[in-house]
Amino acid sequence: MDLFLHLWVMIFIYTIFAMSLNLEMGYTGLFNFGHVAFFGIGAYVSALLTLHQVPFEFALVAALLAAGLLGFLLSIPSLRLRGDTFGIATLGFGEIIRMVFQNEVWLTKGPMGLPGIPKPVLFSYRFATLPQYLLLTLGFSVLTFLVLRIIIRSPLGRAFKAVREDEVAAVALGKNIFHFRIKSFVIGSVLAGLAGTLWGHYTTFISPGDFTLLETILVLLIVVLGGKGTELGPLVGAVVLIFFQESLRFLRLPAEWSRYLAPLQQMIFGSLLIFLMIYRPEGLLREKGAGR
Amino acid sequence: MIETRGLSKSFGGIQAVSNCTFALKDHAITGLIGPNGSGKTTLFNLITGFIPPDRGEIYFKGKRIDGLLPHEVAIGGIVRTFQITRVLPRMTVMENMLIAPPRQTGEKFRSLWFNPKTIRKEERENRKKALELIDLVGLSHLKDQFAQNLSYGQQKLLELARGLMANPSMILLDEPTAGINPIMIRTIMELITKMKEWGMVFFIIEHNMDVIIELCGWIFVLDNGEKIAEGRPKEIQNNPRVIEAYLGI
Repeated sequence: MDLFLHLWVMIFIYTIFAMSLNLEMGYTGLFNFGHVAFFGIGAYVSALLTLHQVPFEFALVAALLAAGLLGFLLSIPSLRLRGDTFGIATLGFGEIIRMVFQNEVWLTKGPMGLPGIPKPVLFSYRFATLPQYLLLTLGFSVLTFLVLRIIIRSPLGRAFKAVREDEVAAVALGKNIFHFRIKSFVIGSVLAGLAGTLWGHYTTFISPGDFTLLETILVLLIVVLGGKGTELGPLVGAVVLIFFQESLRFLRLPAEWSRYLAPLQQMIFGSLLIFLMIYRPEGLLREKGAGR
Repeated sequence: MIETRGLSKSFGGIQAVSNCTFALKDHAITGLIGPNGSGKTTLFNLITGFIPPDRGEIYFKGKRIDGLLPHEVAIGGIVRTFQITRVLPRMTVMENMLIAPPRQTGEKFRSLWFNPKTIRKEERENRKKALELIDLVGLSHLKDQFAQNLSYGQQKLLELARGLMANPSMILLDEPTAGINPIMIRTIMELITKMKEWGMVFFIIEHNMDVIIELCGWIFVLDNGEKIAEGRPKEIQNNPRVIEAYLGI
């Protein structure tokens, strides 16, 4: 039962994470390969603050602000780049942030990580047990979903899509595509920070090794598998992939086998991505108008 | 409305536009013709701010617009279409139209939460106007269809309607009748004429001489990036320099 609840907590956290990337990648066409940085910032800021006895409410807000601010700062130089060069810049950024976690030992304790992150207390209600935490993550997922839905269905979301579809046409109609890209990127970063915060307080221990490129690939895979540019795609992708990933972890395998598990999992993810790109590039759910 | 002074632009060793000085008078439709590679599209790109000029000045309604960013030029009232249509493929015809109005309240993040009423009202009005324009160009049966499923001619119609939806003071059309069948060419010409009667002002690049002669009140001729002639259609048709440029004699 606990395993089942744990699965759903992870699914909801990754749904938020994936929804945030979906706004950037699926709707605005920004291929962000450093998205894990904002997840990490959310986790670290909130963890550090709560470890210093700051109430969770403030820590959460600070984490979201930090992620958003960082997204804004990064977006100014990098969003002037296009397509693939933007992807490389974000990739580099993701690694830089991980290096900061790793090397600023005075603040982050470096590779030792931060143990004992307290369970969140929201308005003096403590989310300590698994069912309680599930409720918390479910609540935030629904909230994120609704906020994104309002954005996506608004003229703002329409402008995001126009930027994705054809920048030149959007510009010719008077759209400041640079501004729209920044907006999408900052909103995405804030929500990734939210996912990171929830994750940090759930595992209660974070270290730089949790925020590698592998995490970005996982969330990318969730978005692509679920169907980028769809409202429910991230949830579908998260259910499938997290279920797969976490259930591997709980397989009762002989000890000598288990060391093959992690590489095997990566191989399967890699093949899955290739398979998807070839046979169903639009993902499980298909955006209307997509497909060839 | 548009005026250029000594406008020049070169790409590497190629002088695409060279010392172009001209002024669009009060004609509702002005034409821009010239052989392939004579710099017509470059001139459009310069006017709309898509590429910066090397030298020279551009004025629109007496205000200098060179150096503005392309979206600023568009908001300033000059909207353009493209030689190869640029519809937003995975968005519906209606969505393509609704993108066009400038400065929409609903495009601001804050307004989504604090001003939903204004947004709804604007959307209602825009939708109504979009429907009228879609109907005008004869695409109403396709309004919920994705733009990528439209034929090339229909995409041209959509681009034209979308340009109008942006409520500009002037529309630059880059070869509005290229690559479409004669019946569709007729439709587009009639539309342009109709819009002209409503007071819209056009600047048109076109290779099809019949179209140019019939529509335009004034014509500029470019060759090798230089303006070699301007005048009424009749005068241009009989201008020896123009004939030479076109036939290469």
